[in-house]
Amino acid sequence: MSDITRLTLAEARDALAAKKISSLDLTKAHIEAIEKARGLNAYIVETPDKALDMAKAADARIASGNAGPLDGLPLGIKDLYATEGVHMQACSHILDGFKPPYESTVTSQLWRDGAVMLGKLNMDEFAMGSSNETSYYGPVASPWLPAGWDADKGRAALKGDKKGLLVPGGSSGGSSSAVAAHLCLAATATDTGGSIRQPAAFTGTVGIKPTYGRCSRWGVAAFASSLDQAGPIARTVRDTAIMLRSMAGYDAKDSTSVNTPVPDYEKSVGASIKGKKIGIPKEYRIDGMPAEIEALWQKGIEWLRAAGAEIVDISLPHTKTALPAYYIVAPAEASSNLARYDGVRYGLRVPGKDISSMYENTRAEGFGREVRRRIMIGTYVLSAGYYDAYYVRAQKIRTLIKRDFELAYQDGIDAILTPATPSAAFGIGEKGSGDPVEMYLNDVFTVTVNMAGLPGLAVPGGLSASGLPLGLQLIGRPFEEETLFSVAEVIEQAAGRISLPQAWW
Amino acid sequence: MNATAKPSKLIKGATGDWEIVVGMEIHAQITSKSKLFSGASTTFGGEQNSHVSLVDAAMPGMLPVINEECVRQAIRTGLGLKAKINHRSVFDRKNYFYPDLPQGYQISQFKDPIVGEGEVIVDVSATEQIIVGVERLHLEQDAGKSLHDQSPTESFVDLNRSGVALMEIVSRPDIRSAEEARAYVTKLRTILRYLGTCDGNMEEGSLRADVNVSVRRPGGPLGTRCEIKNVNSIRFIGQAVEVEARRQIAILEDGGKINQETRLFDPARGETRAMRSKEEAHDYRYFPDPDLLPLEFDQAYVDALACELPELPDDKRSRFIADYGLPPYDAGVLVMERESADYFEAVANGRDAKMAANWVINELFGRLNKESKTVMTSPVSAQQLGAIVDLISAGTISGKLAKDLFEIVWSEGGDPNSIVEQRGMKQVTDAGAIETAVDEIIAANPDKVEQAKAKPTMLGWFVGQVMKQTGGKANPQAVNDMLKQKLGI
Repeated sequence: MSDITRLTLAEARDALAAKKISSLDLTKAHIEAIEKARGLNAYIVETPDKALDMAKAADARIASGNAGPLDGLPLGIKDLYATEGVHMQACSHILDGFKPPYESTVTSQLWRDGAVMLGKLNMDEFAMGSSNETSYYGPVASPWLPAGWDADKGRAALKGDKKGLLVPGGSSGGSSSAVAAHLCLAATATDTGGSIRQPAAFTGTVGIKPTYGRCSRWGVAAFASSLDQAGPIARTVRDTAIMLRSMAGYDAKDSTSVNTPVPDYEKSVGASIKGKKIGIPKEYRIDGMPAEIEALWQKGIEWLRAAGAEIVDISLPHTKTALPAYYIVAPAEASSNLARYDGVRYGLRVPGKDISSMYENTRAEGFGREVRRRIMIGTYVLSAGYYDAYYVRAQKIRTLIKRDFELAYQDGIDAILTPATPSAAFGIGEKGSGDPVEMYLNDVFTVTVNMAGLPGLAVPGGLSASGLPLGLQLIGRPFEEETLFSVAEVIEQAAGRISLPQAWW
Repeated sequence: MNATAKPSKLIKGATGDWEIVVGMEIHAQITSKSKLFSGASTTFGGEQNSHVSLVDAAMPGMLPVINEECVRQAIRTGLGLKAKINHRSVFDRKNYFYPDLPQGYQISQFKDPIVGEGEVIVDVSATEQIIVGVERLHLEQDAGKSLHDQSPTESFVDLNRSGVALMEIVSRPDIRSAEEARAYVTKLRTILRYLGTCDGNMEEGSLRADVNVSVRRPGGPLGTRCEIKNVNSIRFIGQAVEVEARRQIAILEDGGKINQETRLFDPARGETRAMRSKEEAHDYRYFPDPDLLPLEFDQAYVDALACELPELPDDKRSRFIADYGLPPYDAGVLVMERESADYFEAVANGRDAKMAANWVINELFGRLNKESKTVMTSPVSAQQLGAIVDLISAGTISGKLAKDLFEIVWSEGGDPNSIVEQRGMKQVTDAGAIETAVDEIIAANPDKVEQAKAKPTMLGWFVGQVMKQTGGKANPQAVNDMLKQKLGI
C-alpha cells in the first residue's frame, strides 16, 4: 500500500481518474507514512480525520465525474498559511493556540480544486531562516543522510538532538523534507529570499517562487510584504506546474495581487525551448564557490544548448549588493509586520505590571532569537536618523537590481540560469550559531529574484561528490512562469529524475 | 504666516503686547459606510467590538484594501478647500505600540498626501474676514478605544472605530486669536457638512482638533509651540487657545522658556497640562506600506467629482447677496448650514427675499435655538412660513398677528391660510368698520381729543385704542390716516 506514496502528483491524479486507486487509499498511505516519519519533524500538526473526510468527498466527486484538477490529492501545508479551525502559528511560540477562523486564499483554491489536507508543515519561525532551525517546534531533518551515515546512525540522531543530520533548507524545510520523504504529493511553501528554492535544492525537489503578485498573500502570515510570495514544492517540474495553476490567481483582497489570467502551466512542460535565449550572469560566479557547483552550472548550460537554446553571457552588475540590501528591506518590513503579535488579542500573553511590560515580556518570550534579531535590525534601519542611510539606500539598490534584469530581458533574454545555492545541504547545528551572516549567505543567489519581483524556479541538476542533491535556478520574465517550466523540464529530463532516499527513518 | 494680528487681538502682558499664533490639525471622520481599508461598518455607537473585521483586528495574514468611497470623499474635500489634488499619493505606516492600535502601526500618509495646499475663507465677525491656509489633507486610520472603567484590574479595548477613515486637515499657522480659531473650525465644519464628507459631529468625535499654540512679540519670530491634543468642541478650542497663550506669556514674562510638548486641555479646570513624556516620546519609523500600492488617479477622475460638487458656502453667500440683495451678514448666517440655506431659498422663492430672510433669521432661528431644534426638525416648514410671508405681503394680516400666527403653526401645525380664516385673524381694511371704531373712541374720550389737538403725539394713544377695539385686526395705516383726518391733525 505505502507504494502509492511514491507516485508523482501527476501519476496519482491520472491513477485516480482511471479509478486504479482511490483517494481514501492514497490518503491513508500518506497518513501512515507521516506517522512513521515523525522523527523527521516535518509535520507539526497532523489532520488525519480532516484528510480522510476530504478524501471520501473527493472519491465521491471522482465517481460522479465532477473531479477538480487536484481532486483527491493529499498535500502538506506550510504553517504560515491560515487554515480554518486548524493550528496556524508560523512555528512561533507567540501564536500559541491560534486557530484562525478563516482560510487563506491560496489554500482555499487548493480545496476548491479538490485537494486533501494532511496537516501543517514545520518551518523557520515566521519564515526567517535558511535551515528550519529557528522553528519553535524544533529543527526538521532532511531525508537525505550525510555521506557515510547508515540508517541506524540516522535513526539514533533523530531520537536525539538531530545534530549532524542534514538540514532540509529553510524556511520551507518542513515542505521540502515532507515532499522528499514522500509524506505528501506536494506542499505549499513561501519564498521571501529563497525559502522555496533553497529547500528544494537541498532536498532534490522542485520549487517555484512565482512572480510577485501571482499568488494572493491573503491569509498568509506576513514576513516582508514586498518580497513574500506563495509557491509549491513538488517532486517533478510537472507536479509543480499543476500545483501553481491552482495556487495562482487574482485576489481582490490583496492589493498587490495582479489581475492577469492563469495559464494551464502543465501545457508548457515538455514544450520545445529551441531558440530560447538563456542568460548566464557572470556575477553569480562568486569567490569560494565549490568547483562542483561551477561544474553543475556548466552541465546545465550544455543541456540547454543541446536542446536548442541559445546561451548568452550577460551581466547583472548589482548582484553583489542584493544580499545586504535584502537584509535591510526584509527586516524593516518584518519589524512592522510582526508588531501585531503583542499579546493583546490572540496567541501568547506573558503578564506584566503594566501594558509596556506585558508587551516586553510577551515578545521577549514569544519570539525566538533570529526573529528578535531581525525585528531589532528592522527597527534600527527605520529609526529617525538612519532611515535615509539604510532603508532609502536599500530601496535605491532594489531599483538598480530590478533594472539589471529589465535590461537583460530587453536584450531578448528569455530566462537566466544560475546555481540555486552556493553549496549542498549542511548539517543541523553547523552554521550560523556564531555569525548569522554565515547563514544569510545561503540566499546569495535567490534574494535578487525577490528584490526584483521575478519568478524563480529551482530544479535538481545532479548530486554532489558526497551524494547530496544540487539545484539549478531559472529566473524568468515577469508572469512568464511557462518559460521556466519548459526550460526546467529539459534539465529534469537531461539530469534524470533524482532518486529520492528510501525510508530509513 | 507672518501676518501680524490687528492691535485689538493682541494680549496685553506686564512687559508689553503679545501675539497668539495658532495652527490646527483637524481630524475629520469621513462619511462612508465602511472603513478605510476594510468592509466593516462605521456606524457610531454599535455594541462594543461589533463592527470589527479580521483586518481591523489585525489577524495574521490580513491585508488592507483601499475603500474607493473614502478616496472620493478626500478628493471632494480637497476641491472644497480649493486645494491642489495630488494624482499620486502614498500610504505610510506610522509604527507604535498601543492596545487600541491592533496592527502596531497606523496606516497614514506622511510624505505624499492626497491633497496639497488650499485655503479657507473665515468670517470672524460681521465685518472681518481672514484667510487661513491649508497645508495638506491626508487619509489615515482611526484607532480603537481603550476602556479603563470595566474592571478594577484590567483594561479593555473596543475596536469599533479601529480603521475608520479620517482626513487630517493641517492648517498653516495663520490664526491669531481664540475667536479666529473658533471661526476657522466653524467654517471648516460648514464646508465639510456642505460636501457631505464629514458629519461634523463633535460630540461623537467625528471632528477633533489638535491645536498648536505659540506666542510672540507682534510681528516677531515665531515662538516655541505646544500642541494641545484632541480638543472636541468649538467652545473648548477657543478656551484652550486662550488659557494656553496666557500660560505661555506668564512663563515668558517670568524669564522662563517654553518647552515644545504635547498638552491636554482640561475644560473642568480651565487649564492645559503636559502629557506624560512617555506618551509622546515616539519614533514612528514611517515607511511606505508595502501592502498597498501608491494611490493613483487621473485628472478626469477629479474633474468628474468636481462637476458633481454642490454649491459651497462662499459661493452661496455671494449669490444670496447678489440675487436676493441681502446684507452680507444675513447671507453669512443663512449659509452656515446647507439646510438653513435651502430652507431660506424655499421661503424666498417668488417672495420678498428680505422679508423672508428676516423671518427665517429672527423668528425661525430664534425659536429653534430656544428649543434646541434645527432646521431639519423645525415644526414650521418652509411652505408654512412662505404662506405666512404671503399673508403679510398681501396685507391680509398685520405683522403683529403674523407672529401670533407663527406661534400657532409652530405649536399646532396646519395651513396658515385656513387658520387665518377660521380664527378671524384677517386684517380689517374695510373703511366703514374702521370708521365706526374710530368714531366710538373719539366720542368716548373728548378730553383726550382736546389734548391731541395741542399735542399731535397723542395720536399713538388713539391708534392703540382703536387696535384694541378691533382685536388687532384693523390695518394700522388705515386707522392712522382716519384718526388724523377726524382729529384734524
